Amino acid sequence: MADSRYSFSLTTFSPSGKLVQIEYALNAVAQGATSLGIKALDGVVIATEKKLPPLMDETSVQKIAPVTDRIGMVYSGMGPDFRVLLRKARKKAEQYHRFFKDPIPVTILVQEVANIMQEYTQSGGVRPFGVSLMVCGWDDKGPQLYQVDPSGAYFAWKASALGKGMIQAKSFLEKRYNEEMKIEDAIHCALLTLKEGFDGQLSSSNIEVAVVREDKVFTLLSPAQIKEYLDELE
Amino acid sequence: MGDNIMAYNGGSVIAMAGKNCVAIASDLRYGIQNHTVGFDFPKVQRVNEHTFVGLPGLLTDTQTFHEKLNYRMKMYSLRENREMKPQVVAHMCESLLYERRFGPYFVEPVIAGLENGTTPYLCAMDLIGATLKTQDFVLAGTSSQAMFGLAETLWKPDLDADHLFEVISQVMLNAVDRDALAGWGCRVWVMTPEKVTVRDLKARQD
Repeated sequence: MADSRYSFSLTTFSPSGKLVQIEYALNAVAQGATSLGIKALDGVVIATEKKLPPLMDETSVQKIAPVTDRIGMVYSGMGPDFRVLLRKARKKAEQYHRFFKDPIPVTILVQEVANIMQEYTQSGGVRPFGVSLMVCGWDDKGPQLYQVDPSGAYFAWKASALGKGMIQAKSFLEKRYNEEMKIEDAIHCALLTLKEGFDGQLSSSNIEVAVVREDKVFTLLSPAQIKEYLDELE
Repeated sequence: MGDNIMAYNGGSVIAMAGKNCVAIASDLRYGIQNHTVGFDFPKVQRVNEHTFVGLPGLLTDTQTFHEKLNYRMKMYSLRENREMKPQVVAHMCESLLYERRFGPYFVEPVIAGLENGTTPYLCAMDLIGATLKTQDFVLAGTSSQAMFGLAETLWKPDLDADHLFEVISQVMLNAVDRDALAGWGCRVWVMTPEKVTVRDLKARQD
């Protein structure tokens, strides 16, 4: 990646001890479309806004993506950076599986991705990724939900949000979330949270939702299924 | 190293499954062709709570591969905060051996363990990682032909820990006693959900 002329890192400390490039990356995330995740007793749900220009073909855009058959992720921030990380995450997961013939645990996948993101804050000639990721999956420890930031820091959440509407969404979630939630309640709550900060009417073509239930399969909800849930909200 | 590198040091390992238990046995000879140098060199190691790995073959590779395995397993348990399941141990061995496809480790792993602490798991592989999983017994080493004959005859399904010990001991003892390159005593490990016992067998000291 780095040319010998760029063997120095572009992410350097400011006198106050901050890495300004990371702060700016977080700003890029904060401008991105809202995404969120909620962990229930028997599953995890992640969802995001997908507000596109009226003439854009929304079926060609996929913001939530599977990494393995039981782990998936969504982002807030720069789409192209997400695609790069997604590819690297899938490769890491598959390499793990190739070596151990065992599915990669969510925690390990998160650590690997976080490691990659951290490398880009300490390598020559590169910039940090302009995305925060929300990773969800099911492994031996049950349902899991993680956030990974441009700095490479990762956090396990019961429920959280990223992007433009994150402050509002997080305070809404704090009130609504309870530990005894089942997955259907969580999906319901996720849609309500998206609705809170949404400019306009929620529909099956301007949001994406995905779920991992007890079957341990990461599934994207089809537009028809999303419509059913939205109709229940009324 | 002679025409048969797997017979340079000699040695044999066998593992068997019983009802919710596994047993694994190894001879104790350390020899260099026809010269016996030691008689306390087991080729089997208990790598974690629920798994044994036996590595008959060229003893320098036995030692090195055991070390490689230990390193990998310690790192795994630190990173993942959990024990490596027997099946995963086997698959890792497979991958590690194939990485050296054109300059292999001269060992033929025999792996025995209890999945979830209760269900027997047996696996054997060749020196480049081709695996064989069975429900009855797996073996490798210089006494393999004799061990096969005895095991086929004496093994029965669903043996309890004590009977399994008797069967595996008879197979091991009689097979290595006929083998010039293996023997000088045997060590037998029996693993049940509750405990692991280790016993040494008295064999012909020649």
